Amino acid sequence: MQCEARRIQTFFALIAVFFWDVAETPEAAGRVRVVRSYVMDALESDRSLLDAIRRDDPAAFEEFVRRYGGRILGFGMRVCGEQEAAKDVAQETLIQAYRSLKDLQEPKALRSWLYRVVSNACRMRRRKGKYEPQRELSLEELMPAGPEEAEIQIPDVRNLPDDAAAREEVRETVHKAISELAAEYRMVLLLRDIEQLSTRETADALELNESTVKMRLHRARLMLRNILAKRLGQTPTRTGNKS
Amino acid sequence: MFARLSEYIDGELDPAICTGIEDHVGDCPPCQAFLESLRRTVNLTRDLPDHELPEEMARDFIEAYRKVRESGDV
Repeated sequence: MQCEARRIQTFFALIAVFFWDVAETPEAAGRVRVVRSYVMDALESDRSLLDAIRRDDPAAFEEFVRRYGGRILGFGMRVCGEQEAAKDVAQETLIQAYRSLKDLQEPKALRSWLYRVVSNACRMRRRKGKYEPQRELSLEELMPAGPEEAEIQIPDVRNLPDDAAAREEVRETVHKAISELAAEYRMVLLLRDIEQLSTRETADALELNESTVKMRLHRARLMLRNILAKRLGQTPTRTGNKS
Repeated sequence: MFARLSEYIDGELDPAICTGIEDHVGDCPPCQAFLESLRRTVNLTRDLPDHELPEEMARDFIEAYRKVRESGDV
């Protein structure tokens, strides 16, 4: 409950950033300042980069690669599944996106534009590669079959083992599970939960409507939860019950 | 309610609907556990590390762009 209250407070702090409102408590005001600083710095940074691109500054492409190359490569790796394909997709995306950025007026649209280009590049590559079967799961199939299945618990990221190898094993399990999701669900999950795009930005990037983004995100998370429950899950122990 | 749990986790729901979910979850241990497991799933995903762009790959991209630019195809 406290987590939700903080999320809601942070959400409204973001709104406050854009409407120049004043938070009521010192804690919230501090969060507004941090979020505002981060958001404004990112926007100013992208605005400066766009200005350099429009001026045809020779160093602008290198800055563009260094700022976004890792994220685009990572997205490509997680969608295409292998490094060579991801490298090709990243190079194609960075050059193609850069060429059209001169016409982008609003720095806020840069991320959704960039991810639109890389998503389309990934889709084109998948058409050339081996057939990837797609299976739509209904919400009913994704619901737990009963209370026992519902109560299987997933490790809490705040309480992962201190041992680096054990933490890495958990991360690898999550990474592999994500790779098993059908592509149209995986891309939404990657953009929303890893790249941290908003629902609106994700919809723009994937050329979907927002309700479809929300539906696919929820299904992706449910599928992922079910896979992780099988591989990492812990059944709660109760007095007299086996775990 | 099940269909909207992600929106609830993301803080995208109307407060009245949130209250409905919280009222139910408060009285239903399996639903409370499931919601927590879904939240943890999201957090584990968000905890995955970012990819670094290898320096050699960055240089390859910059060189590729330079060739495209020299060819006039920009």
